[in-house]
Amino acid sequence: MEKVNTRHSISRILLLLLVVLFSFSQNLIAQEEAASAEQEQSAEGGDQEAAVAATGGDAAAGKELFNSLCASCHKRYKRSTGPALNGVTDRRETDWLYRWIKNSQAMIAEGDPEAVAIYEEFNQTAMTPFPQLSNEDIDNILAYVEQPKPEPQAQAQIPGDGGKSSGSGVSNDIILGVLAFVLLLLIVVLVLVNKTLNRFATASGVELPVTEKRKPIWKAFVENQFLVLVTSVFLLLAGGYFAYGYLMQVGVDQGYQPVQPIHYSHRIHAGDNEIDCKYCHSSARVSKTSGIPSLNVCMNCHKSISEVADASNPNSSVTEEYSKEFYDGEIQKLYEATGWDPATQSYTGETKPVKWVRIHNLPDFAYFNHSQHVSVAGVACQECHGPVEEMEVMYQYSPLTMGWCINCHRETNVKMEGNEYYEKIHDELSKKYGVETLTAAQMGALECGKCHY
Amino acid sequence: MKRLFNIGLLLVSASLAVGCFNKDDRNYQYFPNMYESVGYEAYGSYETFENSQEAKLPVEGTIPRGWKPYGYEDSNDGYQNAKANLSNPLPYTEDNVNEGKALYTIYCAICHGDKGDGKGTLSQREKILGIPAYNDAGRAITEGSVYHVMYYGLNTMGSYAAQISEKERWQINHYVMDLKRQLNGDPKREFVSEEEAELNTLVENTDATEEMSAEEHREDNHAAETHEEETTEGEQENTEVN
Repeated sequence: MEKVNTRHSISRILLLLLVVLFSFSQNLIAQEEAASAEQEQSAEGGDQEAAVAATGGDAAAGKELFNSLCASCHKRYKRSTGPALNGVTDRRETDWLYRWIKNSQAMIAEGDPEAVAIYEEFNQTAMTPFPQLSNEDIDNILAYVEQPKPEPQAQAQIPGDGGKSSGSGVSNDIILGVLAFVLLLLIVVLVLVNKTLNRFATASGVELPVTEKRKPIWKAFVENQFLVLVTSVFLLLAGGYFAYGYLMQVGVDQGYQPVQPIHYSHRIHAGDNEIDCKYCHSSARVSKTSGIPSLNVCMNCHKSISEVADASNPNSSVTEEYSKEFYDGEIQKLYEATGWDPATQSYTGETKPVKWVRIHNLPDFAYFNHSQHVSVAGVACQECHGPVEEMEVMYQYSPLTMGWCINCHRETNVKMEGNEYYEKIHDELSKKYGVETLTAAQMGALECGKCHY
Repeated sequence: MKRLFNIGLLLVSASLAVGCFNKDDRNYQYFPNMYESVGYEAYGSYETFENSQEAKLPVEGTIPRGWKPYGYEDSNDGYQNAKANLSNPLPYTEDNVNEGKALYTIYCAICHGDKGDGKGTLSQREKILGIPAYNDAGRAITEGSVYHVMYYGLNTMGSYAAQISEKERWQINHYVMDLKRQLNGDPKREFVSEEEAELNTLVENTDATEEMSAEEHREDNHAAETHEEETTEGEQENTEVN
């Protein structure tokens, strides 16, 4: 064996660079995952609100009562279904408040001018009577209500967090860029050094070892027919493999993750808050399509939830990547689309459609029925749609190819329990196949006409 | 130098291959005729329509099959009226209550809690506050008031008429009243057996007012019959093939 020519090192460095490039693209993803895991942990914090006892009542006890009885319609510092309650003791007599809270309807019927005025101001919305509250309870509630609005201490923290998050995203890119630049510089330096050394050598008359001409390797290769045969077979096989792989993924949208007009986080709704999939996609139970919820479904909750909890709240879903300001802005987009005016708590009537981008789409020649799978078969949504409750941005989890459908039909047993429709056919088929449980395929779920007609 | 060029080419093409995968766009499609159909896709966007929105409300005055008018208006009077006069038309069978429980868990429990005490996940996480328990004395809910609120919504609670059908609302209604009983510690209500329930509906069907539900019933029967026919035919084919 001869010594390998040193001048080939440049190409080897380039190869190394290629390897580095690929390995870094992997690292980057891993880093992001680790960072997001950290964020979730650090999101825990304490409720900083201190119970300050105000005029003649226990604010802590009042908070409990307020949250369980009043908070559905009243907020302390913001108009909701009813008026904002902070400062109510300045506006009204305490005795009047006692009577009003215990039975407001009776006061309106009596014709109390103040009572009638507030009733009219809030579109004749009747306040639920609370006969179970004692005067002491009401004092406690009022004490809680009259606590001054806490200054947002976390305010200074949040923009910092936001900056840090975007900073870490950029810094990754910068580090990569710098590394690439340094490597490039090294290559240039090597080439230059090589050149100058050669020039010095010729100038100072040093004899460079001249390698004798060998037979070029490609000539040797061509002459060896066996090698040529093996290589061409290998190349053909490899080419076929990759060509097949390429053709089979045409039209498959697995991983498709478009940017939606409103950043709706399934992670927050289905994951953190454990809202059932079928709450919003209610037609999946009873119809062919799962349905995109109309905006009134969003407003079921977002009438009362106009902003997300900030990072100091233990129930907060805010991450470093997506700040509270970002999510609040997205809720505002919902209000714009539905024409909801949070200030007056009413609809303006000016609506505009939200142009969601469809992700899962079967071509027209394939029939798929959601209710058949969700209600009859009892298949969990996650079987096909993946861990939706962890997805910040929705993407297509499954390939939705025919092979994928068939595979599941071969492996999944039909849910027979409590389904009279299947009783007779199950008895006969299980006898025919000699099995206890039938797969969907044995019930005929592989017949062409079941999905293509 | 040629070798250098080749490797450079490899490098460029490799980085292109890595960089060109774009998850914001759909993949290429081969003969997309049936992917992009001539007919309008559900929720599609087409210029023909107002706001280019394919999803539209039904024409005004359209009545879905089997729909029955709800005779109470969306106001305080309507609420009080429904609270006093409306009652659940579905028989109190075990099936109906179980069905109601399953639906309750999807649509109601997230706020009102599995036990109906107003401590659902959203309430515990302090997202939506002030959710009353079903045995709240001031509200004193009845079958009628529960249905009325499900139909129209009340204050911060929205209407659920779009998400659950009439029958499903009454099934949930049974379960909600059951939860109220449990919270109050009242004795359980006896289930009506299926046969009794059928008898009752037969008697009710003679009333002119219940004609609609009778028709529905007949339709159901008819549907069941055709199903049976289909299965027997299918079995015949099967045996012939074998």
